[in-house]
Amino acid sequence: MTLSLGAKKAIDVALFLFLMLMGAVSVFVTFAIVWVLVVDTVRFFTHPEGGGFPISLIRFFTETQWTPTFYNKQIGIWPLVNGTFLIAFISMLVAVPLGILVAVYLSEYASWKVRETVKPWLDFLEAVPTVVYGYFALLFVTPILQKVLEPFGIPVEGMNALSPGIVIGVMILPYTASMIEDAFKGVPQYLREASYSLGASKLRTALLVVLPAAKSGVLSAYLLGFSRAIGETMVVAVAAGMYPQITANPLEPIQTITGYIVQVALGDLPFNSFEYLSIFAAGFMLFIITLILNSIAVYLKSKAVGY
Amino acid sequence: MVNPTKMLEERKVSPSTGNANLKIEVKNFDFYYGSYHALKGINFPIYEKRVTAIIGPSGCGKTTLLRAFNRMHDLYAGARYEGKIIMYPDGINLVDKNTDPLRVRMRIGMVFQKPNPFPKSIYENVAYGLKIRGIKSKKLLDEAVERALNGAALWEEVKDRLHTNAYSLSGGQQQRLCIARAIAVEPEVLLFDEPTSALDPISTAKIEDLIVELKQRVTIVIVTHNMQQAARISDYTAFMYLGELVEFGPTEKIFTKPEKKLTEDYITGRFG
Repeated sequence: MTLSLGAKKAIDVALFLFLMLMGAVSVFVTFAIVWVLVVDTVRFFTHPEGGGFPISLIRFFTETQWTPTFYNKQIGIWPLVNGTFLIAFISMLVAVPLGILVAVYLSEYASWKVRETVKPWLDFLEAVPTVVYGYFALLFVTPILQKVLEPFGIPVEGMNALSPGIVIGVMILPYTASMIEDAFKGVPQYLREASYSLGASKLRTALLVVLPAAKSGVLSAYLLGFSRAIGETMVVAVAAGMYPQITANPLEPIQTITGYIVQVALGDLPFNSFEYLSIFAAGFMLFIITLILNSIAVYLKSKAVGY
Repeated sequence: MVNPTKMLEERKVSPSTGNANLKIEVKNFDFYYGSYHALKGINFPIYEKRVTAIIGPSGCGKTTLLRAFNRMHDLYAGARYEGKIIMYPDGINLVDKNTDPLRVRMRIGMVFQKPNPFPKSIYENVAYGLKIRGIKSKKLLDEAVERALNGAALWEEVKDRLHTNAYSLSGGQQQRLCIARAIAVEPEVLLFDEPTSALDPISTAKIEDLIVELKQRVTIVIVTHNMQQAARISDYTAFMYLGELVEFGPTEKIFTKPEKKLTEDYITGRFG
């Protein structure tokens, strides 16, 4: 059966509209999420219990305690931001050095066969549900930390920032290592050959030529890893505690923005109450932080194609 | 038809000084990529402080042979050397399994087909080889960088911007920078892999003058697909075809009285 030209054109147009609609749905959903976030954040800041706008906004950035669910409501966001960044910082202490080492090994040392065997396992690590990592932190890493540190007279609380921080570092490692390896792969072979031809060893070539040439890709990988650590929820909800406080001590319980959102969302607080709306304000803060980090990462990645 | 004698009239060769001592001797050398037999039974000498050109049509194995001298094939899986490439005065076999390729590359430098400076400053590029040899003194590095850039006829052009990125240089300047980088570590032998194929005629002429000048100090092996270039700058020429060495001899002889018919056909442009 042959279709007339008109029918073919009509099918083309219909298909085009259908695909455009499907594309539009995903964009629309994204905007809808942001819209919900913005609307409920505005309702939080205009709620009489917080003092109304603009007093609540000022309290949000100037108070030093976060207790919207208590009788005495304090709504300073910094304890949550502190907890979030403390965890993310600890996780980067693990992911930064290990990420480079794994990527250098995979891209410069490993044979093709080893690389093709190891990379699926790295991806497999990403497939482990994060709640499993949470229990790993709580029931495996924390007891080890206690056993190791307490003989030295250093008290480690059952809930603390260090243990989930380390575990998140391990969790984002495959992701960062694989992105760094991609950045290394993008470094042209002729630069490696130039280095080898001058008598350089593999390690020197990797550290003095490949790494500097891939630096924007590496930085972008770290930033994306960092923003993932910031957004990580289940591990901190399980193992970091529920105590929002401004502290630099990783051995104390803390609370992150995501941890707080889980706590409140799972609780039985009345819908649309001030307490309930506070998770949107906290979530909006998280959204802004990760948006900035991801934008910098994307910018760096776009610059990476420079040599 | 090309007239080979005419090609020789453009010769830039300055008379070589001293005896032609043997620097490298290729003996019954075979090379394999996996099961592919790329080079077959190669035998020829390379003389100290002379320019030896390796010519031949595309795919004849000339670059493969050149990259065997500094063991570049070791970077890739499936490469296998057989036979000997002896380097004098110490008589080590460059392609022996027990010879450390790093030590070979410490003594034999290379300039590649396309300029490949590092994305670093001009200074850092030239100092790279010295730094990996453990030289840390700023004074020694400064002197060596200036000497190398002078040797590569680039100093006057870049002395005021040593710390700008090497990528700000033109293609010809970048290639001279690569030569400076290679001679900074004072290698005994310098390999050139079609060093002018990506350059314009003026830059090409500069690089050729440079090569003729450099042979006062270093033994040079150059692969070129350009016969005129071989005629202009080399003292000896090796002609390769299909992975075999067809003929080796002084350049004047190869271009005027070749012994093999194949060489004559190639030189006069009947094929290739």
